[in-house]
Amino acid sequence: MSKILKINGLEKTYTSGAKQLTVLQNITFDVEKGQTFSIVGPSGSGKTTLLGLCAGLDTPNAGNVELCGHDLNTLNEDERAQLRNREVGFIFQNFQLLPTLTTLENVSVPLELQGAKQAAKRGMELLAQVGLADRFHHYPSQLSGGEQQRVALARAFSNSPSILFADEPTGNLDDETGEKVIKLLFDLNKASNTTLVIVTHDLDLANRTQQILRLKGGEIITNQPTVTH
Amino acid sequence: MAWRDAKASRARLLLFTASIILGIAAVVSIQLFRDNLQDNIQSQSKSLMGADYLIDIDETPNERAQAIIDSLNPVASEVNFVSMVAFPKNGGTKLARVRGIEGPFPVYGKMETQPEQASSTYQEEGGALVDATLLLQYGIKPGDSIKVGELTLPIVGSLSSMPGNSAVTSSVAPPVVIPNRLVAKTNLLQFGSRKEYQYFYKATPETDLIELENVIEPMLDAERADLDTHTSTSRRLGRRYENMGKFLNLVAFIALLLGCVGIASSVHIYIREKLKHIAVLKCLGASRKQSFLIYLIQIAGIGILGGVLGGGIGIGIQESFPYILKDFLPFDVEITITTQPIIMGVVLGFLIAVLFALLSLLNTWYVSPLQALRISDTSGSKKPKQAKRIVFTIIIIFLFLFSYWLLRDVTYAMGFVVGMLITFAILAGIATLTMKMIKAWFPKTWGYTTRQSLLNLFRPNNQTLVLIVAIGLGTFLISTLYFTKDILLSKTAVGDSSNSANMIMLDVQPKQTEAIAKTITDNELEVIDNIPLVTMRIHSVKGLDAKAEEQDSTVQIRGWIYNHEFRTTYRDHLMASEEVIAGQWTPEVSNDDVIPISISENVAEDANVTVGDKMVFNVQGVLMETVVGSIRMVDWGQLQLNFNILFPKGVLENAPQFKVLSTKAPTEASSAQLQREIVSNFPNVTIIDLRQVFTIVEDILGKVSWIINFMAFFSIITGVIVLIGSVRTSKHQRIKESVLLRTLGAKNNQILKISALEYLLLGIVGSLVGIVLALVSTLLLALFVFKEPFVPSAIPFLIFLPAISLLVLAIGLSNIRGVLSSSPLEVLRREA
Ligand SMILES: Nc1ncnc2c1ncn2[C@@H]1O[C@H](COP(=O)(O)OP(=O)(O)O)[C@@H](O)[C@H]1O
Ligand SMILES: [Mg+2]
Repeated sequence: MSKILKINGLEKTYTSGAKQLTVLQNITFDVEKGQTFSIVGPSGSGKTTLLGLCAGLDTPNAGNVELCGHDLNTLNEDERAQLRNREVGFIFQNFQLLPTLTTLENVSVPLELQGAKQAAKRGMELLAQVGLADRFHHYPSQLSGGEQQRVALARAFSNSPSILFADEPTGNLDDETGEKVIKLLFDLNKASNTTLVIVTHDLDLANRTQQILRLKGGEIITNQPTVTH
Repeated sequence: MAWRDAKASRARLLLFTASIILGIAAVVSIQLFRDNLQDNIQSQSKSLMGADYLIDIDETPNERAQAIIDSLNPVASEVNFVSMVAFPKNGGTKLARVRGIEGPFPVYGKMETQPEQASSTYQEEGGALVDATLLLQYGIKPGDSIKVGELTLPIVGSLSSMPGNSAVTSSVAPPVVIPNRLVAKTNLLQFGSRKEYQYFYKATPETDLIELENVIEPMLDAERADLDTHTSTSRRLGRRYENMGKFLNLVAFIALLLGCVGIASSVHIYIREKLKHIAVLKCLGASRKQSFLIYLIQIAGIGILGGVLGGGIGIGIQESFPYILKDFLPFDVEITITTQPIIMGVVLGFLIAVLFALLSLLNTWYVSPLQALRISDTSGSKKPKQAKRIVFTIIIIFLFLFSYWLLRDVTYAMGFVVGMLITFAILAGIATLTMKMIKAWFPKTWGYTTRQSLLNLFRPNNQTLVLIVAIGLGTFLISTLYFTKDILLSKTAVGDSSNSANMIMLDVQPKQTEAIAKTITDNELEVIDNIPLVTMRIHSVKGLDAKAEEQDSTVQIRGWIYNHEFRTTYRDHLMASEEVIAGQWTPEVSNDDVIPISISENVAEDANVTVGDKMVFNVQGVLMETVVGSIRMVDWGQLQLNFNILFPKGVLENAPQFKVLSTKAPTEASSAQLQREIVSNFPNVTIIDLRQVFTIVEDILGKVSWIINFMAFFSIITGVIVLIGSVRTSKHQRIKESVLLRTLGAKNNQILKISALEYLLLGIVGSLVGIVLALVSTLLLALFVFKEPFVPSAIPFLIFLPAISLLVLAIGLSNIRGVLSSSPLEVLRREA
């Protein structure tokens, strides 16, 4: 199988004032195309930072990230944005919907940015798939947390990404709602055969993926396939 | 707690403070200047008039008047008149105010001369002191001679200042001081010429000036003389400069209002963002009062701080006013600094900040702790209608009281507040309408960036309304100032139109008329006017003479009516500048008719007469009975000879009279040539060279517009701060959204386009509405207040509109600059 994401010797340091804080060091791993992959670790271990680097939201101090065959270090800001627009889907812990836009418009944004014609149609399909067919014209503020996250899910899949990053997608939801969202996530993923990278501290969730990367203090402890698979 | 919370959002509050500071600075500086002006007028009034009190009279005092004058023991006296003077050295001629002085004048203050001792020796030496500027203009030095009427005398000193002359009057008719004993030799004080006698007195410490005024004034009045004490002079002067103060106050008020808009809009958004914090605080157990007080204290503190700083800056600014305005004032203004403006600044700052913040602060009272737990926005919070209404009423009362305090006129203050409210309502209405219209005709087929930026105008918690109102109000105020300036300036700007006369010859005796007309035509110029002038006084109105009027308090006739020496004329037609508004104009009468005269509107009002009322005139000793035949509205603004009282032909032909001739000299040289010839042959004739008057008026207007521009600039700065403030308050939200878009794959220029379009739209709508409103309100002002035609200039449309739109755009874009340089991850994490 081909590797969709290759991380090699990644290091990230933050400087606040005179202090240097190394958040990630010596990170090397690969993700296979179509794989489901989870990153677990205690709070503050660098999970979000790692995810951000993988998606090209930030630049590492050392090492490199190869996403969909592109070395992110060689791309500029706009080129990385375009790559994301074509190949990457994103889900955040706190949904991050645009408050100005209705659910339908929110879902269509990635396609709109591409200039695609069928944005709205595809948006409706996806919203129907996440069970929000009757909420096209509602604003995010009129939705519950679980509904907002489902909109975010639909948005993440709207550009048919080859890889999807999810940063603690259930962190802000109750168990029951969280479970629904996760189920949807996996279903959509299976249907579109997308690579899925989930950050979580929920071990049950992690165990449903094929591979688990354990992070602590910015370093990899283990990187192994899940037992059940 | 309040302080800690404030520290966290220091940058935002800084702008809020800045709008208070600028507004207060404007008010304080202008108020201070006005107070200083009044103080100075009071303290300098003695040296301004040169004595404790004086008696003036426009004619040679009769025996009774002379007896009163002498009984009070004048220290010095003078007779002054306007006349042409000539410099034999180079033939230059100029209109001047000749002051023939006797005795040690001035009693207070001094005449500043070069050489210094000339001010005391000129009387003995029999020489003249001549205005320094006049000497400079004509290249004359002390030692040369000057010709006044038929008298030629040596110039012994140049005069740089003396009591009773301001820069403006001096530039029209500069002073020439000669010894009183030589006045007769000029042969200029003939019967009927305009002159003024003044007698200067020094009061002993026991003299009660008010008592003196009460006792002597009526006696003098009967003899057509007038008593002026230095206190009444200072009162009169104070009134004269009050109008200027009023205008400046208005401008200050506008600047302060802009500041208020800034405060209101920044607090509004600030509190809105804080509502969640407040909900959290409440969850943690803070009472309503506590959470309300946290922000109230914060804002009051800022108000006070802004007041102190604004007061300080105001003091700084007002230091510069005397330099700008010194040519308007006949005295020096010394600036003294007191603590009062600081106190005023603090009180104002506090009041304004708290009042304008209260509307938004009330929301903190009603915010439910539940809102901390909901993710949604706070738009659902119920509106505290009753409380808001009360605060709103208080704000309006405050605005009214404040404008009353500034303008000291109930009607003006009322008009101002109502005008502001209407403007505000219209702006808010148009902002809402714009939003509705965009919503209704939403361009669904347009590109994504366009649609997104339009959608931003409807975002929950959007600032569209606040921004359009702020931008609109700012543009409105600035453009109104600009348009009004146009009216004010065009009102005074004298038309140098090609066919009107620019030289007027006064005091021409009938027997000289032909010779002077010939001199004019010999110079190949045209005699444009040849108007007879008859001077007369009003003897009685509706059968009541001055004495009877005084005893009968029910009669409302203004004092000047009986004292004024009217210059009247007679002709058989009306001129373009006059219009009959009541009665009928009679062009000509035969001898035995009752004489129907025509009077101007203002005389009709002040003498309290209407068509058909009887008026008796004293024409050089002969009583002449007339009846008011018509009342005319006269356009005094036009620089031509207009008359309060107009007789028909066939009555005054044989009365003692003078002629007024006018001509138009195309060049300065031809005008100088004609002046020289007339002055040397007819020394009694006074020539007014309108060309010179034009330049002086232009000069004054230049200064007036400088001040207006300066104040407008002040308002613009305040406006910009308001803008920055209101745009900045949403910076956080903007950055977050833009970063999110970038995460989803938006390119830099897509993000830029979205914001740019949004702000450009806000800028254009806001400023366009502002300018149009300004246009309408100025039109109304022109129609009802200034009564002048108003031709709007295109400047606001060509310059203000694009400039303000671009400014809004620039501020808006600088707002999201952070997005383009910061890492998306960081911003998203901060939100987590
Ligand atoms: N901009 C920053 N400056 C300094 N330290 C940061 C910054 N961003 C994150 N960190 C630190 O990096 C570490 C890892 O953060 P993060 O990746 O968010 O952890 P996780 O997602 O695993 O909870 C934390 O200790 C955090 O304090
Ligand atoms: Mg995290």
